[in-house]
Amino acid sequence: MRGNPEAHELIAPGSLSAVLELLAAEPGKWTPIAGGTELMVAHAAGRLSAAKLVSLWGIPDLRFIATGAGSIAIGAAATFRDLRSDASIGAHLPLLAKAASWIGCIANQSRATLGGNLVNGSPAADSSPALLVYDAEIEFASVRGRRRIPYSAFHTAYKSNAMTADELLFAVHLPIRFGRHRQYLRKVGTRRAMAISKVALAATALIDGGTISEIRLAAASLAPFPARLYQTESSLSGKPLDASAIDAAREALLAEAKPIDDIRSTAEYRKRVAANLLDEFLGELRREGSTQ
Amino acid sequence: MSENRQTIRFKINGEERAIQVAPMKRLLDVLREDMHLTGTKEGCGEGECGSCSVRMNGELVNSCLVPVLQAEGADIQTVEGLAESGALHPLQQAFLDCGGAQCGICTPGMLMAATQLLSINPHPNLAEIREGLAGNLCRCTGFMRIFDSVIAAAATQSVHPTEQPAHAR
Repeated sequence: MRGNPEAHELIAPGSLSAVLELLAAEPGKWTPIAGGTELMVAHAAGRLSAAKLVSLWGIPDLRFIATGAGSIAIGAAATFRDLRSDASIGAHLPLLAKAASWIGCIANQSRATLGGNLVNGSPAADSSPALLVYDAEIEFASVRGRRRIPYSAFHTAYKSNAMTADELLFAVHLPIRFGRHRQYLRKVGTRRAMAISKVALAATALIDGGTISEIRLAAASLAPFPARLYQTESSLSGKPLDASAIDAAREALLAEAKPIDDIRSTAEYRKRVAANLLDEFLGELRREGSTQ
Repeated sequence: MSENRQTIRFKINGEERAIQVAPMKRLLDVLREDMHLTGTKEGCGEGECGSCSVRMNGELVNSCLVPVLQAEGADIQTVEGLAESGALHPLQQAFLDCGGAQCGICTPGMLMAATQLLSINPHPNLAEIREGLAGNLCRCTGFMRIFDSVIAAAATQSVHPTEQPAHAR
């Protein structure tokens, strides 16, 4: 332990409104902390720069999963254990349930939150590819009110996002309309538990009479932040799914992906594996159609 | 220095405690330094190895990643809370019988993770045991005897009913 606990202020106002008041009173001065699975690692290593932290743990207004007629709302402080054990998420958003089940390990899942995973902004974030192919929306809260943006517009650069200094990530909204889509999520890492992705790919698609009528593809660790693969999608959208379309999509992905070499893998390996994952998904889609 | 301390109350192994502490102090350090409960070990200090696993409000957590303020009002169980009135917990006995411990550093965390698993799933299969202990690393005896220990303890089916977490689903 190289960090000094005395050097950091930590308070727990206990309600959403009190947290928002604090963020409004001193924008940018307070760092929200939920389950601590990211910030406490930095703290132990002595590289936590935040002097003032405000706890979101135990605030009921932020920890909920609400299923409505056409959508599911997930509070930012819902844990991955909450997500993986929720029947509605399992039924309507199986890729998100799957991602939640392989984040870290049981002890991490009981503390790590969906909002924390997104705000942390890792390019390798486990929940992100699933959220992107489900057209998730992000809702921010501040004393000025609420606003929503597509999740695809949330990450703006490496570890940067579209949230202003007085805002808190309040909830993630997911439409329930992918029941007929073929869905795919695969992560490649060193081991099943506790591994940060070398690369991950998610997909949702509809195929009608052999032609792709709708497709969404998203990846982790192919760019400075988790992102849709729009060029690869447009190489497939509206096309008959044949061998030449699959080859063209592979080329599009290899051109679009911008991974890096780092401690976990190389750019070359990541590109090649991502292309292989795309092949695997498109092969399933071609053989078995979209309704699962 | 003391101005950044406050009184934090929680229950540890059934006993109400209150301490004056910096709110960002790790629960792990509070347990070891302030409570003198040194059964909980520090391995990696970054949530990767599970040596510091304890149960908090019926959930398994890495105590190195919990700022003690977030344990305010919590019900915490450490390895010291497993043996009741001098008798070993069935998991502890099974680890002894099956050779589930060698150097012992990972053992308290393994025991807490296994206690958590059996509280939710009294008869886990091998895949479920592997998942339940996947966040706990052993670097000497290997995992097979640890898995054997959990299987042996589950066979005695003696997990105390009060250990069922409130929101186990």
